[in-house]
Amino acid sequence: MSKPRTANVWLSKAAVNGALVLAVVYMLFPLVWLLTAATKDAGGLLAGNAFSFDGFDLDGNLSRLAEYNDGIYFHWYANSLLYAGFGALACSFVSVAAGYAFHVYDFRGKEKLFGVVLLGVLVPTTALALPMYLLASEVGVVNTYWAVLIPVLVNPFGVYLSRVFCAGYIPDEALEAARIDGAGELRAFWSIGLRMVMPGFVTVFLFQFTAIWNNFFLPLVMLSDQKLYPLSLGLYAWNSNAHAEPDFYPLVVTGSLLAVVPLVVAFVSLQRHWKAGLTAGSVK
Amino acid sequence: MKARTRAAAILLTPFFVLFTAVMVVPIGYAVWLSLFTEKQSGLGFGGTETVFTGLDNYTAALGDRAFREGFGVLLGYCLFYIPLLLVGALGLALLLDSALARARRFFQLALFLPHAVPGIIAALIWVYLYTPQLSPVVKAMEAGGIGFDFFSPEGALPSIVNIALWEWLGYNMVIFYAALQAIDRSVLEAATVDGAGAWRIAFSVKVPLVKASLAMVGLFTVIGSLQLFTEPLILNKGTGSAVTSTWTPNMYAYTAAFDRNDYGLAAAASVLLALTAALLSFAVTRLTGRKGKRA
Repeated sequence: MSKPRTANVWLSKAAVNGALVLAVVYMLFPLVWLLTAATKDAGGLLAGNAFSFDGFDLDGNLSRLAEYNDGIYFHWYANSLLYAGFGALACSFVSVAAGYAFHVYDFRGKEKLFGVVLLGVLVPTTALALPMYLLASEVGVVNTYWAVLIPVLVNPFGVYLSRVFCAGYIPDEALEAARIDGAGELRAFWSIGLRMVMPGFVTVFLFQFTAIWNNFFLPLVMLSDQKLYPLSLGLYAWNSNAHAEPDFYPLVVTGSLLAVVPLVVAFVSLQRHWKAGLTAGSVK
Repeated sequence: MKARTRAAAILLTPFFVLFTAVMVVPIGYAVWLSLFTEKQSGLGFGGTETVFTGLDNYTAALGDRAFREGFGVLLGYCLFYIPLLLVGALGLALLLDSALARARRFFQLALFLPHAVPGIIAALIWVYLYTPQLSPVVKAMEAGGIGFDFFSPEGALPSIVNIALWEWLGYNMVIFYAALQAIDRSVLEAATVDGAGAWRIAFSVKVPLVKASLAMVGLFTVIGSLQLFTEPLILNKGTGSAVTSTWTPNMYAYTAAFDRNDYGLAAAASVLLALTAALLSFAVTRLTGRKGKRA
């Protein structure tokens, strides 16, 4: 009696998993192409099978990448690490401090103020970039590290996430105990609150790091000195040259591959955190 | 009590100082700038002077066909992209949530991975995959007798929608999947006992229960779509592309500021874009808010 039924279940199982596999193929084949294309020289890239390792010349591409224009690529890499590393660290700190204050303290107009933060989430950031550029040129910080660093310190969504995380991770009793032991308010934040909400801190950091690493519009508007470029802007500039000068293709492709690596590693190793971040953002 | 108020103020100050500096003040400045125009004084010999022109920049932007067409492009993009994104991401999440799916962690990670790729690099990869001389995809399609020009007037929009889908499908799928996982299993068991099949459960039980997530993703996607810039900019650099330098309103504002040095016009375009975002988010939350609140 169960024969047609098992066949049916088997078929459905094949259909469900088959559809998922198809989706994965669509998601991964451009990355596989990036990987194989990065091993080719300009000739191999323009002719031949893109998904093979024919004409393997990864070493050559890497050394050309390191040599071109006195190794400006790795200069960009260091800039990206600086913008994303320092920016995300400071931003997470600022966000968690605010989120903690919203969770722990009661003061007049608190929810109104929090409403302002939520409005900030909805402001299209690219519509702000232009006025930000004009302001920055008034103040005289255009084309400096600060022009890219200061704007990324603000992330209203990070404050929202931090508040959600504080509510989940910091029991009131822990803070009460600290106060009874004679700790001041800031001391309680620093040694109890911040420690307890560390998973939330890491989540905000991860998302902000990615956002800054991927940031393109702001540096495009703010920077004109190539020495200050992050990777995204540098690769964009190289790509603009590639139409006239095909030798740039392997530089762009290999450079893109190296630029993707840290994020892929971060996301694979920190799965727990990005899932927590996405969920905390969606459930409320 | 006073110590607590002081602590709250100290902890909130860094955020709100920065928030004011990089959000509130630029918005105000943009509105201010949009009311002025740089004019050549005299016969153009005396340099420029800044003249208050009221709403002239707004009428100039709205009167410019290129700007209006940019909103048309955005509308077409949204009508094409948002349904595909929502249905695709929700469909994948439902598949993954069904009892039949295997290797769930692998699928989640693999589908999410493109989101780790910076937008500019995602656009570069796909433009290379669209370029006939470079692309194995175009070659394979030609071998199969399909000729499609990804840069043509008809091809440009689907090309950009595809890049955006590739970047965001997995991200939103994870959000929907998390919401589906949060559904109380006893509700699903009750539906099964009542004789509902897998399809019925998916569409009549699960989907209504994740409406809040759908509304949120919809809202953020609309706001994100209005900012469309990076992907078309890369396609614009492709040879023989139908994408112009004022293809989206954002590109229009950028071109006005940096090619034409017309900051007043650029500011007016930015303000109009931000206003559109505000109106749309208001509309989306209004439409979905009441129903979505429960889940």
